[in-house]
Amino acid sequence: MTTVTREIIPDRQRLLAMYERMLLIRRVEEQLSADFHAGKLPGAVHLYVGQEAIAVGVCEHLSAADRISSTHRGHGHFLAKGGDPKSMMAEIYGKDSGICRGMGGSMHVADFSKGIIGANGIVGAGLAITAGAAWAAKLDEEGRVAVCFFGDGAANQGVFMETLNISTLWNLPIIFVCEHNTYSEFSPSATVTAGEIVDRARAFGIPAAVVDGNDVLAMWKAAAEAVERARRGGGPSFIEAKTYRIHGHLEAEIHFLAGSYRDEAEIQAWRQRDPIDRARKYILSSKTADQAELDGIESRIRQRVEEAARFAEASAPADQRLVFDLMFVGQNP
Amino acid sequence: MRKRYIQAINEALTEEMERDPKLILFGEDVEISMFGDTTGLLARFGPERIRNTPICEATLTGMAVGAAASGYRVVLHMMFANFIYTGFDAIANQMAKLRLMTGGQISLPITVLAGYGGGSSNAAQHSDTPYPVLMHIGGVNVAVPATPADAKGLLKTALRGSNPTFFLEAVGRGGEMGEVPDGDYTTPFGVASVPREGEDITIVAIGTMLKPTLAAANTLAGKGVSVEVVDPRTLVPLDEDGIIRSVVKTGRVVIVDEARDRCSAASQIAAVIADRGFHALKAPIKRVTVPNVSMPYAPDAERAVLPGERNIVDVVIALLNRPAGIDQAKQ
Repeated sequence: MTTVTREIIPDRQRLLAMYERMLLIRRVEEQLSADFHAGKLPGAVHLYVGQEAIAVGVCEHLSAADRISSTHRGHGHFLAKGGDPKSMMAEIYGKDSGICRGMGGSMHVADFSKGIIGANGIVGAGLAITAGAAWAAKLDEEGRVAVCFFGDGAANQGVFMETLNISTLWNLPIIFVCEHNTYSEFSPSATVTAGEIVDRARAFGIPAAVVDGNDVLAMWKAAAEAVERARRGGGPSFIEAKTYRIHGHLEAEIHFLAGSYRDEAEIQAWRQRDPIDRARKYILSSKTADQAELDGIESRIRQRVEEAARFAEASAPADQRLVFDLMFVGQNP
Repeated sequence: MRKRYIQAINEALTEEMERDPKLILFGEDVEISMFGDTTGLLARFGPERIRNTPICEATLTGMAVGAAASGYRVVLHMMFANFIYTGFDAIANQMAKLRLMTGGQISLPITVLAGYGGGSSNAAQHSDTPYPVLMHIGGVNVAVPATPADAKGLLKTALRGSNPTFFLEAVGRGGEMGEVPDGDYTTPFGVASVPREGEDITIVAIGTMLKPTLAAANTLAGKGVSVEVVDPRTLVPLDEDGIIRSVVKTGRVVIVDEARDRCSAASQIAAVIADRGFHALKAPIKRVTVPNVSMPYAPDAERAVLPGERNIVDVVIALLNRPAGIDQAKQ
């Protein structure tokens, strides 16, 4: 018997779609950064710049019926899963046209109709919620999967261990995607995390891989295997994506931090590994597309982001009465 | 038909799981059932819908949210109510808040079962009454049934509802008997019951405190005092109108609550009465609660801090004997 190792690669259409989506995330985040510093955003924003390949590489394998949860740094996951940039930006602006009617804001963007069950302001909270969604998916028996995006910081929460345990025991269709972006808020990971995070998953016998999180093809391949395993009833998988948070923990930090907590040289070194630049180079060198086509994508994205920003800015403010209407179904708070 | 409190709960779970295939139940040792409320469910509904879990409350509360947000009606059995504290993030930060935070995209039909209260020498970590904390976080309903009939009816309302609900069972009272209506019925949330009507004074009795309150009302009747007893049955929503109605009728009120005094449910009810019923009051609002201490283990020590019939009678007598117009705070 011979084993044929099939090298899986995304086709041209998928590759360009992933490139476009990464670029959408990048340009939205850049817009939000500018908007924040221009004083246009009411609350904190935590930007996904530099990590785009992870959300995009994974979500390319998902449909709207699959569910994802994400983190306080959740704009990228929202957009990668097919969320609408207009309603997301309106949410971050605190407007009625926002996807959560202006009641959640940046850290809580969610679109349940697209399987985006929520960014979350509590580090690690998405883990257990995703396990619940995976349990539901298993009961549904429709081949659905659930993906939990979380950071290296969340891996130090107790629920991480608990969720790995119950997901393994119950053979849940769940994919854990740990985005190891080198900082846990303002603390270098190495100062708050013992050992290798991937080993924590391996201790439960969960198939686990360490992947270059700045390489969208590597992420796409790792996720292909994990999602397929979950769909066929093979249980949980774990991906530790090594990456780097190019922006700060939150945009406002330059206003309140007394000093710097990372070296400029470190940031520059990671900029050299920018996931979008790398995808562009691959697309050009493999002749998947030429520069003119990529320029076309770029201008299309810029237009979409400008439209989204204009929409957000021009939208009506959030409806204050919703606070009272939405606490309960059919009941006063 | 007369049934035990725990049997009424078990019947509500069984009947509702029969009615609604999307209803699932999980928690620590629900297969064997420590309290008896989930006895027989596994055999009847199978291991897909009735699931034992590891001991990991922080994850179980989060899973309840995730499964409910994904189309299921979820019952989470947390065993002792103190374990709500270990599962509190997903309760206070997720379950209570996500409907608002998502702009109303989801409802979370979750019922959390937990046994509360002292009196069984379970010591401080298994005897708490965490409903004041749950009342405070907003976004979750809180049911504290005192009788078998209300336990069954309120639980059915919770299981059919669309909001997260904490259904708190009186741990030491599972064996108590009471008349339970035959057939299918629900008991509405936010509607107090009046188990005893009277003229001279209102006693609002919460959950476990109904029994000593009714005993006290009997004793007081022997002393010529006519007591009206009001059982809120749910603390969120709270039947403010029903409580005020009784206070306006009698002009005096004592609130009996097994929670610790500071920020107890009784404190909240007292504030509501002060706001809305002040004009009708002939005497200060009195609370009979547990002192601000942890529940001791030793039976005598435990009895000493738990409100009982004697405490209630004493407070009522003192209140009725109070000279009109003189502020006792000066004593």
